[in-house]
Amino acid sequence: MLSLWFPKLASDQALRHRSCDAPFALNLRVGNADHLHCLNRQAEAAGLRRGMGLADARALCPGLVTRPADLVREAAGLAALLRWAGRYSPMVGHEGSDGLVADLTGVAHLWGGEAALLADLAGRLARAGITARAAVADTRGAAYALARHGEGPLAPPSDCGVIAPPGQGLAALADLPLVALRLDHETATALARLGLRRIADLVTQPRAPLARRFGPGLLLRLDQALGAMAEPVSPAAATPYFAVRMTLPEPIGLIADVEAGLARLLDQICGKLLAAYCGARWLRLELQRVDRGDVAVEVGLARPMRDARRIAALFRPALESVDAGFGIDRLRLVVTVVEPMPPEQLGNVVQAGKDAFDDLVTRLGNRLGFDRITRFLPADSHIPEQSYNLAPVAYSQAVNDWPSGPDRPLQIFPPEPLMVQGAQLPQQFRWRRMSLTIARATGPERIEPEWWLDTPAWRSGLRDYWKVETTQGRRLWLFYTPRNPGWFVQGEFA
Amino acid sequence: MFLSARRPSLLSSRIHEAFGPAALGFALMQAAQRPGMVALLVPEHRAETVLPAGFRRILPPERVAVIRAGSDADLLWAVEEALRAAALGFVIAVWDKPLSLTQGRRLQLAAEAGRTTGILLIPEGGGSNAAETRWHCTPLWQPAESTLMRWSLIKNKKGTCESWVVRWDATAGAITVVSETGERSGAAPPVL
Repeated sequence: MLSLWFPKLASDQALRHRSCDAPFALNLRVGNADHLHCLNRQAEAAGLRRGMGLADARALCPGLVTRPADLVREAAGLAALLRWAGRYSPMVGHEGSDGLVADLTGVAHLWGGEAALLADLAGRLARAGITARAAVADTRGAAYALARHGEGPLAPPSDCGVIAPPGQGLAALADLPLVALRLDHETATALARLGLRRIADLVTQPRAPLARRFGPGLLLRLDQALGAMAEPVSPAAATPYFAVRMTLPEPIGLIADVEAGLARLLDQICGKLLAAYCGARWLRLELQRVDRGDVAVEVGLARPMRDARRIAALFRPALESVDAGFGIDRLRLVVTVVEPMPPEQLGNVVQAGKDAFDDLVTRLGNRLGFDRITRFLPADSHIPEQSYNLAPVAYSQAVNDWPSGPDRPLQIFPPEPLMVQGAQLPQQFRWRRMSLTIARATGPERIEPEWWLDTPAWRSGLRDYWKVETTQGRRLWLFYTPRNPGWFVQGEFA
Repeated sequence: MFLSARRPSLLSSRIHEAFGPAALGFALMQAAQRPGMVALLVPEHRAETVLPAGFRRILPPERVAVIRAGSDADLLWAVEEALRAAALGFVIAVWDKPLSLTQGRRLQLAAEAGRTTGILLIPEGGGSNAAETRWHCTPLWQPAESTLMRWSLIKNKKGTCESWVVRWDATAGAITVVSETGERSGAAPPVL
């Protein structure tokens, strides 16, 4: 078993991104106080420790450089390391939030022995600038104990970690503290009060009283470390990664050639998507030119999709805008947004009609923007201009039961004032240089502004709406504002 | 021009033009006669907004997709794509400038290729010769009616020009042609 510990994972990651040649720490806000989350070697040399308050640390070391910690990025970094560690063993799992464990059974000889494997691993990690400690032992528990609590420096390139000789688990562990057995803090403290501090002390004790006093967990951990109890590695499920690439021996420049390459990539990626029951929602095609210029083409889809031919057709307009320069010699296709997509029945006629509409939305959305392809959704408001929402078609579901309500005009526009005096509905008025005579008026319908929302157009107070039919034919929506006397036209009926 | 008793309808797979105060109502009523989604393409700067509560009685609002285009080129391109896609039941586009013959002809070809029917809402006098028909739509006042409209067919490539007075029958979801009432010039003939 190989156990890897990354004691400075978070700060190593942050420094890889932007290096800093000074005492450096990541601070994490817990409750109301900032604490040091992860420090570099210089900060530790200055006497700072993990978990120390940020203010105390500043007092001790005024030159301390800090950045806020990002736990999500840290977890993503560990996941990347886990994927990388797959090069050494097919069985790699997480060990806490800052370590990995790998089963090396039957693998080490491929690297020329465990020592060579560890040397390769330590060299690569050192080149990547990640501090790590590695240990190889018979059992997972022993490897963990040696990696985290073993003696010796933290793996520099020359030193490749600890290798416990096979069959001598106890000898290697005897002098390590009890915390190395992955005991919780209370158990370790209680054992320390009894005078048991090292693993060797514990092994010589009778087992029954220990189990009675501390529960089965203590002996389980001990047996796991010494190999009396098996503890397999459960490898983390590989997260599917939807990206494929193609490198070409000769550069290409014709759209048809790029399309042919894209079709091959799409076939591969759609196979991957199908295996994972997922669909692509946003794709990016990266084209690397011979002169090292990179061109990226992005296509958003109106619906999760994994039909290679349809997606290829949707890429076509975007490909035409690509400048191939002296030629393209590498294509990479990434699905940047993946959504779950259960399998569908073939030959679904209703779905075929929807597919054509979705393709149209995709084509329009990629040029105009998906937020401009909208559908009406009802909204809960009496204000006419707020009685509906416009939601993007690609990201909303249609509402079939539209609520009924009073008669409303077909179109509304910003209110246009009328030159009419008084609160009485006029017999005649002029609007847009037309003289109109009212033949029939329906109303008033009083609409109050929504005081809980500040709508600038409604600051003039409540409105009395009239549906007005004129002898000239026009059917208009007029309103009168009693609080700021005035007549306005706001809409026209069908 | 004479009043016709036939129901006014649009030739399929063609692009038509309409103008006048009731042109949008005309377009929506024609869209309601056909199945499928309706695309309403408007320029982004347009001041008028269409109220779903206003056309609820003509067409279910869930059948309408509103597409806003930032520029003229985008709008024409989007109309052409929508007509060509064969995915929509009807296309309504608001075009607030004169339409050139090239633009009109391109749209006509797209409509024929996608077998989609469409209406362009144009300004008065701003149509192109490529349109199949052109309609002048105005609301009408009559004491007993509130939805009366006059639809005048003023250009027709494959027929005569006619005029209809119609009303929308919301319960049936259909256009009803009504004969225009008027004062009789003389006394009614005696019934024998």
